[in-house]
Amino acid sequence: MIEYIQVMFSYTFILRALVVGVLVSLCASLLGVSLVLKRYSMIGDGLSHVGFGAIALATALNFAPMKFTVPVVVIAAVLLLRVSESSKIKGDSAIAMISTGALAVGILAASMTTGMNTDINSYLFGSILAMTKEDVVLSGTLSAIVIVLFLVFYNRIFAVTFDETFAAATGTRVRAYNMLIAVLTSITVVLGMRMMGALLISSLIIFPSLTAMRVCKRFKSVIFMSAVVSVLCFIAGLIISYFASTPTGATVVVINIGIYIIFALISRLLTRKI
Amino acid sequence: MPLITCKNLCLGYEGVTVARDISFSIEKGDYYSIVGRNGSGKSTLMRALLRLKSPDSGEVIYSDDLKQDDIGYLAQQTPVQKDFPASVGEVVLSGCVKRGGLLPFYTAEDRKKADAKMELLGISGLKNKCFRELSGGQQQRALLARALCAAGKILFLDEPVTGLDPVVTTEFFELINNMHKQGMTIVMVSHDIHCAVKYSGKILHMDGGILFNGTAEEYKNSETGAVYIGGHRHD
Ligand SMILES: Nc1ncnc2c1ncn2[C@@H]1O[C@H](COP(=O)(O)OP(=O)(O)OP(=O)(O)O)[C@@H](O)[C@H]1O
Ligand SMILES: [Mg+2]
Repeated sequence: MIEYIQVMFSYTFILRALVVGVLVSLCASLLGVSLVLKRYSMIGDGLSHVGFGAIALATALNFAPMKFTVPVVVIAAVLLLRVSESSKIKGDSAIAMISTGALAVGILAASMTTGMNTDINSYLFGSILAMTKEDVVLSGTLSAIVIVLFLVFYNRIFAVTFDETFAAATGTRVRAYNMLIAVLTSITVVLGMRMMGALLISSLIIFPSLTAMRVCKRFKSVIFMSAVVSVLCFIAGLIISYFASTPTGATVVVINIGIYIIFALISRLLTRKI
Repeated sequence: MPLITCKNLCLGYEGVTVARDISFSIEKGDYYSIVGRNGSGKSTLMRALLRLKSPDSGEVIYSDDLKQDDIGYLAQQTPVQKDFPASVGEVVLSGCVKRGGLLPFYTAEDRKKADAKMELLGISGLKNKCFRELSGGQQQRALLARALCAAGKILFLDEPVTGLDPVVTTEFFELINNMHKQGMTIVMVSHDIHCAVKYSGKILHMDGGILFNGTAEEYKNSETGAVYIGGHRHD
């Protein structure tokens, strides 16, 4: 078994996928806790659709995919946050409008260039073959930035997540930190999208944090547990998808669901006993 | 110069004015109690003083040496989600967030301060408990401790004793009184009119605007005060 895994990781494309995947899983799980608690998980989903639209457009117009997609999605994040801050009910449908709109643009752009076949598939559902060496370098740099910023602002992110009113009253720039969270999320979404797929990347944000919240009761331990769960699920998913020849993104998500169910059962059992 | 000055403040929600023409100022070292019937605009005024709510007209002016991060605040209701994972210690410590500064982490001093405030409010034993699993009064105490951690110069309290038992309530008023003596400026919304008159220096009686503004002594002798204090007597 160990030998097989050694062989597996001797392929460059698998190694690249591993590096990028672990970094993205880490970023997604850290940000996910805050997003889920702030009821912003829909923004992550909306962003991934915008990312799909942007990447398809970039390919159609022959732009460098990442360099085009990252700014577009960051701008979309700022817009989405504005919209959802201004009004709760309208914000919901505005997110749906933006994300389906971007999806439509992306499908049009992709069908014009490639005739709507494999490329679309890999955008929507992800492909681990997509990683070039440049992508790895870019992902590494960006996710390092995301992780460092998250750690530096951890206390403030907690304060803003727990109680926005108090944070604002006592001088924390709430809007700036909400914006920071949204921007970091958009970078993470773009980085993970091509491997995990536009339709699946937001589950990387949601599942690990929900899983951690089933058993942990402190913010710090939720963050830690979420990161561990996320990274381990990704590695397991990558290995299984290699041996079972399944799509990596979907495999990772299914494993996340499985772990979530196990944690939910454990927390049930623990509370029953008391 | 007063710490905070309100000039002709009009406050409302979606075009409906709930408090009009409010002008008064909070001096350094004041102990202000804001009283009045339910729905008279007390919390709204407090939110305006904190710059959480922008006025329809008029302005709230801070003195030059008052910054937003010198403020401690306890809201009337803190909408904490049922499933929020946070320990009491984490919540209280979040009152110490270095807002303006660049230092990203809590210092040993911050931790000591948070511990001291928890001790003061009798919740040291709950430090590692999950915030959402506390009783209402215990949560209120934790949020109070957080407000005390945040207060550098001025402390805003919106009905702070709601849900506290009588013993803790008395202790709490003593605690605030001590902080006031040590130089903290206090602004408190309270329905406990007897404690308000007993402890605070100044009273602001609201009813869609200012009905009375003056010292507690003057208030007792005023018609508004006499009626309001009388109305709460049980004998
Ligand atoms: N978010 C809101 N949207 C619309 N109207 C509001 C809102 N909050 C308060 N009001 C209205 O503003 C008025 C003043 O409310 P406020 O909360 O300031 O009263 P209060 O004096 O604090 O009352 P209480 O003693 O019950 O706390 C009330 O008539 C209330 O209906
Ligand atoms: Mg009120």
